Amino acid sequence: MLRHTPFHSRVAAANETSLWSHWSGHLVVEQYQISERWEHAAIRNGVGIFDASPLRKYRITGPGAEGFLAGLLARDIRRCAPGQAHYTVWCDDRGFVDEDGVVFRLGPQEYLLTAYDPNLALLSERAGAGGARRGKVVVEEVTDDLGILAVQGPRSHTVLAALAGPELARLRPFELLAARIGEAAVTISRTGFTGDLGYEVICAADDAPTVWDRVSEAGQPHGLVPFGQVALLISRIEAGLLLYRVDFQSARRAENDDQRSTPWELGLGWMLAGIDDQSRPFVGRRALLRERDEGRSRWTMMGLLVDQVTYDAVHHEAGVTPPYAFHPVHTEALVYDGTGADGRDGEAVGFTCSFTYSPSLQRHIALARLRPEAAVPGRQVALEFTINHRYVRIGATVARNPLFDPARRKAVPAPLPPGLAP
Amino acid sequence: MSAGADWRSAGPWDAVVVGGGHNGLVNGAYLARAGLRTLILERRPVVGGAAITEELRPGFQFTTFSYALSLVRPAVIHELDLVTHGFQPLVMPSTFCPMENGDALVLGPDRGENLTEIARHSRRDADAWLQYQHDLTMVARALQPVIDAAPPDLLDPSPEARAELAALARHLGGLEPKVLHDLVRLLTGSAADFLDHYFETEIIKGWLSASGVIGSRLGPMSPGSGLVLLFMHLGQHDGDLGSWAFHKGGNGGFTQVLARAARAFGAEIATGAEVDRVLTAGGRATGVALADGTEVTARVVVSAADPRTTFTRLVDPAELPAQLVSDLGRYRYQGVSSKVNFALDGLPRFPGLVGGRQDHWRGFTNIAPSVEYVERAFDEAKYGWYSTHPFVDCAVQSILDPDMAPPGRHVLSCFVQYTPYELKGGASWEAEREPMADRVQATLARFFPGFDDLVLQREVVTPLDIEQVAGLPEGNIYHGELLAPQLWAFRPAPGWARYRTPIGGYYQCGSGTHPGGCLTGAPGRLASYAILADLADLARP
Ligand SMILES: Cc1cc2nc3c(=O)[nH]c(=O)nc-3n(C[C@H](O)[C@H](O)[C@H](O)COP(=O)(O)OP(=O)(O)OC[C@H]3O[C@@H](n4cnc5c(N)ncnc54)[C@H](O)[C@@H]3O)c2cc1C
Repeated sequence: MLRHTPFHSRVAAANETSLWSHWSGHLVVEQYQISERWEHAAIRNGVGIFDASPLRKYRITGPGAEGFLAGLLARDIRRCAPGQAHYTVWCDDRGFVDEDGVVFRLGPQEYLLTAYDPNLALLSERAGAGGARRGKVVVEEVTDDLGILAVQGPRSHTVLAALAGPELARLRPFELLAARIGEAAVTISRTGFTGDLGYEVICAADDAPTVWDRVSEAGQPHGLVPFGQVALLISRIEAGLLLYRVDFQSARRAENDDQRSTPWELGLGWMLAGIDDQSRPFVGRRALLRERDEGRSRWTMMGLLVDQVTYDAVHHEAGVTPPYAFHPVHTEALVYDGTGADGRDGEAVGFTCSFTYSPSLQRHIALARLRPEAAVPGRQVALEFTINHRYVRIGATVARNPLFDPARRKAVPAPLPPGLAP
Repeated sequence: MSAGADWRSAGPWDAVVVGGGHNGLVNGAYLARAGLRTLILERRPVVGGAAITEELRPGFQFTTFSYALSLVRPAVIHELDLVTHGFQPLVMPSTFCPMENGDALVLGPDRGENLTEIARHSRRDADAWLQYQHDLTMVARALQPVIDAAPPDLLDPSPEARAELAALARHLGGLEPKVLHDLVRLLTGSAADFLDHYFETEIIKGWLSASGVIGSRLGPMSPGSGLVLLFMHLGQHDGDLGSWAFHKGGNGGFTQVLARAARAFGAEIATGAEVDRVLTAGGRATGVALADGTEVTARVVVSAADPRTTFTRLVDPAELPAQLVSDLGRYRYQGVSSKVNFALDGLPRFPGLVGGRQDHWRGFTNIAPSVEYVERAFDEAKYGWYSTHPFVDCAVQSILDPDMAPPGRHVLSCFVQYTPYELKGGASWEAEREPMADRVQATLARFFPGFDDLVLQREVVTPLDIEQVAGLPEGNIYHGELLAPQLWAFRPAPGWARYRTPIGGYYQCGSGTHPGGCLTGAPGRLASYAILADLADLARP
């Protein structure tokens, strides 16, 4: 049976479209309003809220917790101080990414790890296996105990600070703040999946409706809008944030190596900054070192910026209205060398994983895995579209992710909107 | 603002652009992008021309003149990399047309819901609505290449010019016959006639006909209003022809984006720098003289001002062909539009829509309940007076952009017609400004009970203000009306539609050149190509 999130009563009342989708067995809102663009605009222009509760959540505690996570996660958790969070992946022995998630370090010996899929078997098995750590790590699934409300957009700070206090302003990306929203004790982290200024409020499931109400009320004069999956998925592609089961597959559950990928191949090499540190063996380290040293990566994850002027003109010339993809396309399409404009057919040099129209960038964009030699910013490539039942190639430019990266995302103190600044 | 006064001594320049309206900024950005040392001189303390945003009350941002965006050419957006500099159109998802009987037509982003809403007024019109949108879009699409290219020179017998004409003929010849005929109907006929063919409901016809009279001394029943209606459908957002947006921070936010882009390409922008005249030697422009006496030397001078300024103020008409001077003499301005902008304590209330609904404020609110309403509003203007019951195009911009007003408060921009530039009987706008605004406010109060109590502040902008403050002659919002005889190859005058002037090295790029007024950036862009082509020719041995 489909489950409801802790925010369900509020989410259901706000859903004007009755468009629902499923996320990890939960009923979630596809789009609250007819206009997904309006919801996306709130993320980039005002403030939006998003129910992220279906994420799996694991509480990992005990004196051995740090050592355990350091040996599993690709990023070095020892560098994540209490009160901070890490976005990280974990790999298999061959260096293929198994999954990704955010780990919140709530205390010296207390972590909360989020993931899309169940990971309890993997986590428990490894936690139980370590001889020295035996009995020193406790892993429990707390998925149903907590609600997560993402508050995202240029006004997210203004709205939340009114509830949680002025300390919020100094919070840096991936830092946490213990706060109260009304009666509810919450953890606020400066995180999110939109690539904008934004926070996530983690609360007890029972407090979820109150948290939603308080945040909505405080956001009302700021044009707060709840947003659904569609708006989230547009913004995360703009922000170059990868989606599990779309941009990469779980190594454990993949059917062959073509479906598997390594952090280097996914543009997540930055997570491996400490890989040369001998003191931290972690799952996949050796394979990842070998891949790097021998230059064996098959792909590099890049962004593509479609030449929108040509895209429009080619359609207009063919006598049709250019279709704009407001619902992200998660099916693979080949990427060819050259612009396609000269009529010569370049070789396939990669494939798109996610494709969408980007209102923020005013063009279609894609996340694409390219052969390393083609993964050069500025390089001209082409995508294939059908116009009047014929294939037509339209040029795109290779670019680094994130394609959209407003300064406010990282600014400290969090910027106030004009007019509200002192 | 530019760094001190050093631009005065930083010459010689490759190019000087006179006027920092949006077209001047676009033109200067393109010239700088091509590597020319470019100086943009703006008379006023701010750039933007008719597209500025002003904080007239703490926290309240007023779009004093223009207020909405649709026609900016996609090429300008991408070639000038405007997104990097903050280009952010907020597409309006709704349209709200209050009716005199207390009902309303409210359209939103869903095709099916809109059909239901229209069918509530007339089942027949629901079908007509789809057909109308389709037909208009087909015509608008056919014109996209036309507005993105310099008009052909009809008088030029050279093979190149003839080839351009032939290409256009081929393009038009390739259209479906109905599209071509609709094009002709729109170019020559009235909005009312065109709409009558589709619709029976007054509220729909009233609303749509109003876009046929924007900025024009025309009623919806006047031939020529079809053309304006079509013009307002030529723009696009996100691929959707005819859709409109507010720019983040108002249209002044947009021109600030352009200024940042121009500077990023290396252009220098000076404000408070009024040009008195273009300097010439041997029939060629050599620079400009400012009102304060400063002389600036440049190889190229571009006027981004209106044709009257370009040809009769900045240069001596005696230097120009008599035919051009005569053509410019009959070029029509005849402004009829005003703005009345409000700072509001809260959202206006419309009793016909209940239940705390607010989504109808997310776009234009159109006070034009019937074709007759608009036509009668025009009747008074024909004889030199402002309308008793004006057509008002309202926009609560703070709903789309919370940065426009303090939390919980709002700004309401109202574009008003008709308010003729020249009032009968020697009456003056100085005396009539507040009475005119009172009529506008009374009109709003009639539809939105209690409106008066919401008003915190009111800004009134008459055609005279548009002329005197923004510098648009006779307050015409487009630098000259969008009439067939003064568009395309005839804008601003036959033979001078390709951004050049009879004076070598002197160019024009304001809204008085093809494709015309509104925030398009097209004249600025197309003029830059003419200039760069000429410079390349000059450089050739
Ligand atoms: C009330 C009103 C509402 C409108 N609403 C809309 C709308 O919603 N949407 C839309 O798309 N369009 C709208 N328009 C039309 C649009 O604003 C104009 O067509 C457009 O802004 C004109 O741009 P431009 O750059 O060609 O000229 P302008 O904006 O007129 O710029 C010319 C510039 O040149 C400067 N200048 C002139 N002479 C000199 C000199 N001698 N020396 C130095 N500088 C000089 C002027 O100060 C001015 O800044 C509106 C216009 C008005 C007046």
